[in-house]
Amino acid sequence: MTLLVGGEKMTHRSTGESTDIIASITHPEEYKHGVTLPSFAGLTARHYLDRFDAPRESLAEVAVKNHANGVDNPKAQFQKEIDVETVLESPIVADPLRLYDFCPVTDGSAALLFCPESVAAEYTDDYAVVSGVAGATDTHVVHEREDPTVMGGVVESGEAAFEMAGLGPEDVDVAELHDMFTILELMQMEGLGFADQGEAWRDVQAGRTRMDGDLPINTSGGLKSKGHPLGASGVAQGYEIYEQLVGEAGPRQVEAETGLACNVGGFGNCVITTVMEAR
Amino acid sequence: MSEDTTTDGDDTDDRTPFAAHRCPNDHLTYPGHRLCPDCGEPQTETVSLVDRTAEVVTWTTSTATPPGVRTPNTLALVEFQVDGQAVRALGGVTTDDVAVGDTVEPVHVDELRDPEAGLKSGSGDQPWDGYRFDPVDG
Repeated sequence: MTLLVGGEKMTHRSTGESTDIIASITHPEEYKHGVTLPSFAGLTARHYLDRFDAPRESLAEVAVKNHANGVDNPKAQFQKEIDVETVLESPIVADPLRLYDFCPVTDGSAALLFCPESVAAEYTDDYAVVSGVAGATDTHVVHEREDPTVMGGVVESGEAAFEMAGLGPEDVDVAELHDMFTILELMQMEGLGFADQGEAWRDVQAGRTRMDGDLPINTSGGLKSKGHPLGASGVAQGYEIYEQLVGEAGPRQVEAETGLACNVGGFGNCVITTVMEAR
Repeated sequence: MSEDTTTDGDDTDDRTPFAAHRCPNDHLTYPGHRLCPDCGEPQTETVSLVDRTAEVVTWTTSTATPPGVRTPNTLALVEFQVDGQAVRALGGVTTDDVAVGDTVEPVHVDELRDPEAGLKSGSGDQPWDGYRFDPVDG
């Protein structure tokens, strides 16, 4: 058996220091300009909204949804609903993105226990099967990506994970996406094939990704509401999908046979997509 | 060293070059890489971007900046055209008043952020000077 543990302690540093530590992953030619990951999100969000004629409110709707989901997650950092106005009136962090477009600074940990499927029933009745998992990378330098609105690592890892599972995006019943910034949830929906390029914001506005929609996304509250202890978030995504697949998600429970988790490192520099199925 | 930007000072040799790098198959990248990301050949030429103009593709004004970085910090993703090829670069902007589609030119800055503050303080591998983008009329 294998125990996978992820954890991160971040709140003992100031927000500025945490931001600098995370920004130190950028290329030296980026870092010297004071680039931060939130500023990559601002640059990308402006480009996405302009290019696809998407309303600013659609990004706010991602945060509103994930906060609403977090209310029912006793492990979430924020268990509090917000509305669109709250997001749009919050302080600017990286124009056009504001405070509520960003995940908080968080301490946290998560763990998952793995064993071969062939022996799982010897240990428990409540298990889920990882039927596909794949990692992919994108350029280190963010501006070298051909299309700023496409997360190449998401596309490649998603395709490979689906291929391993013998499934496609249409088979997924619930997903945990890496909403470190609201814009990333839209870009991952598109990269994974849940929506066409430039169209994910329409699904969000139509309520398709809410708890009662046909593809609930971030039922845990996502990084936005649950919090984002960097080293723990990927494992915590798997934990939420596990709970959904074995029917232990309580008030957050949705009907799900197949789940997906997409975990992003850097600004899409490395991505792991995992497909899980109920047994 | 002056904090002001200069375009024709005597210390230009000390500046970190702002250049695109080209491989024998004519692929162009900024920054340079040991091997061309497109074809894997070693890059053999550089093309200075200093005396060129670029167009703003997108921009942001960052208000939550790390220690040693100016606040606010307006950044732009810009695109140069070099011999018919597009090359993109990311950098600070000299003003907070910038728009998509603006034409900008690079201007040198001795210290883009405080080398003594922040996580990479003392790192010899990290350049601190470079070029910000200044909007030009027309």
